[in-house]
Amino acid sequence: MMMYRMKPALIKPLVFIACLFPLVFGIWAGFTDQLGANPIEEITHRTGDWALRLLLITLAVTPLRRMLGWGWLLRVRRMLGLFAFFYACLHLLTYFVLDQFFDWDEILKDIIKRPYITIGFSAFVLLVPLAVTSTNAMMRRLGKRWGQLHQLVYVVAVFGILHYLWLVKADYLLPLIHAAILLALLLVRAWYQRQALSTRRTAPQTS
Amino acid sequence: MLIKRPDDIKPSDITDEKIYHQRRAFLQAGSRAALAVAAGAVVPGLMFPGEAAAQVAALQFKKNARFSTDEEINSLKDITRYNNFYEFGTDKKDPAKYAHTLKTDPWNVRVEGEVEKPADYQLEDLIRESQLEERIYRMRCVEAWSMVIPWVGIPLSALIKRFKPTSKARYVEFTTLYDPAQMPGQKRGVLNWPYVEGLRMDEAMHPLTLLAVGLYGKVLPNQNGAPMRLVVPWKYGFKNIKSIVKIRFTETMPNTTWNLSGPQEYGFYANVNPEVDHPRWSQSRERRIGEFFKRKTKMFNGYEEQVASLYSGMDLRHSY
Repeated sequence: MMMYRMKPALIKPLVFIACLFPLVFGIWAGFTDQLGANPIEEITHRTGDWALRLLLITLAVTPLRRMLGWGWLLRVRRMLGLFAFFYACLHLLTYFVLDQFFDWDEILKDIIKRPYITIGFSAFVLLVPLAVTSTNAMMRRLGKRWGQLHQLVYVVAVFGILHYLWLVKADYLLPLIHAAILLALLLVRAWYQRQALSTRRTAPQTS
Repeated sequence: MLIKRPDDIKPSDITDEKIYHQRRAFLQAGSRAALAVAAGAVVPGLMFPGEAAAQVAALQFKKNARFSTDEEINSLKDITRYNNFYEFGTDKKDPAKYAHTLKTDPWNVRVEGEVEKPADYQLEDLIRESQLEERIYRMRCVEAWSMVIPWVGIPLSALIKRFKPTSKARYVEFTTLYDPAQMPGQKRGVLNWPYVEGLRMDEAMHPLTLLAVGLYGKVLPNQNGAPMRLVVPWKYGFKNIKSIVKIRFTETMPNTTWNLSGPQEYGFYANVNPEVDHPRWSQSRERRIGEFFKRKTKMFNGYEEQVASLYSGMDLRHSY
């Protein structure tokens, strides 16, 4: 905690490096034959896991900042969100290239016919405008509508977890843990929002 | 349905001219293997509890070329480190990590139901080393991956004939060991424990249906279903029940574990069929472990010629 107060400039590079860890570790595992018997499946799972984890971490920024008073968290939120998008891109690319090898016919059939792929792909599509509008210039240009647009991230998170839940065979533990975390984050937000609303309501009366 | 031509596995079917005796040097870890040799007729690895012995003990067997594919065999590493054996965890790496707690010696198998001689057997009474043969089979998982595996075992039909099923026996039901202390994955209710699988009698009697006790010429590693597992190569992998402790002959179709878990997704028959998709994914192609491009899945996993007649007149879309 002391560190970031003294050297705030370090926070962003540190988070950046930390977010690259899964990728670097994955590449290292690939070169040292540690991805198991089915490397394509393993890469698919790892990139998907990290996309979802980083998405939940991104969503945790605001509640954590409020609860713990860590102002610096807000400064890495965009980076975390973009890394979630980055791993989602890798996840999708793994599916397109390694798993299906550009068999667009099969891919299209999958997207239309398989609910878990339909919803996973939708989650990705919805992430794209959020990534595109993540720059300062876009924030300024969109003004109020930026915030409205970025509410989509909750839909993406719900879709991402449904994607996970619908693809597992019998063991729902991990997807349910993710779902529980998302639910907790949403409840915290709802609670803060209610508080904010009630203070706004009571404010005119007291003044 | 009655037992269909119970004598359709003539000894000549098994001892094909291509079969030859292969004397295998008893390898590695000298003293233990030497003891195994001394054990003679019984399956040597069963003499020694614990995984180390099971990994080491070599088996003597005949190669059954007639029932074997000549496709490239998957590595022992792939076959023993990528397993669906939920009794040890739901990750495919879990069985290799945790199956060492399974104690395979002594191993009791109860035979009951519609048989003339219901009884408890020790594994070494059921399967003698002199009967063993190696068969290289394709294995197609319901998750759309596949392997080629050199099993060592005996045709299930040979055992069933010894048990003398009654005329009421239309199905065979198999049960896996239930012991959460040895199988830690059973502490979680991911599936209905114990694992149960079943076959129609004619499927069980089919010459391709194997009871495997070995892999790559050695005693079956725990994570692959030691000490005795079923191998039905034209069906999805989950039919190949592992670590069997009970064989029951029944008049009615057994309730099988995955069928209970997801009746629309996992049928009793579970024949490999590229035409009938799993509701959540396509079954038309598969990834052979070790290959980059997916290959087309074959009807009955490529055993159509041998087994299609078992299902003539059946709607395989309905009886999936």
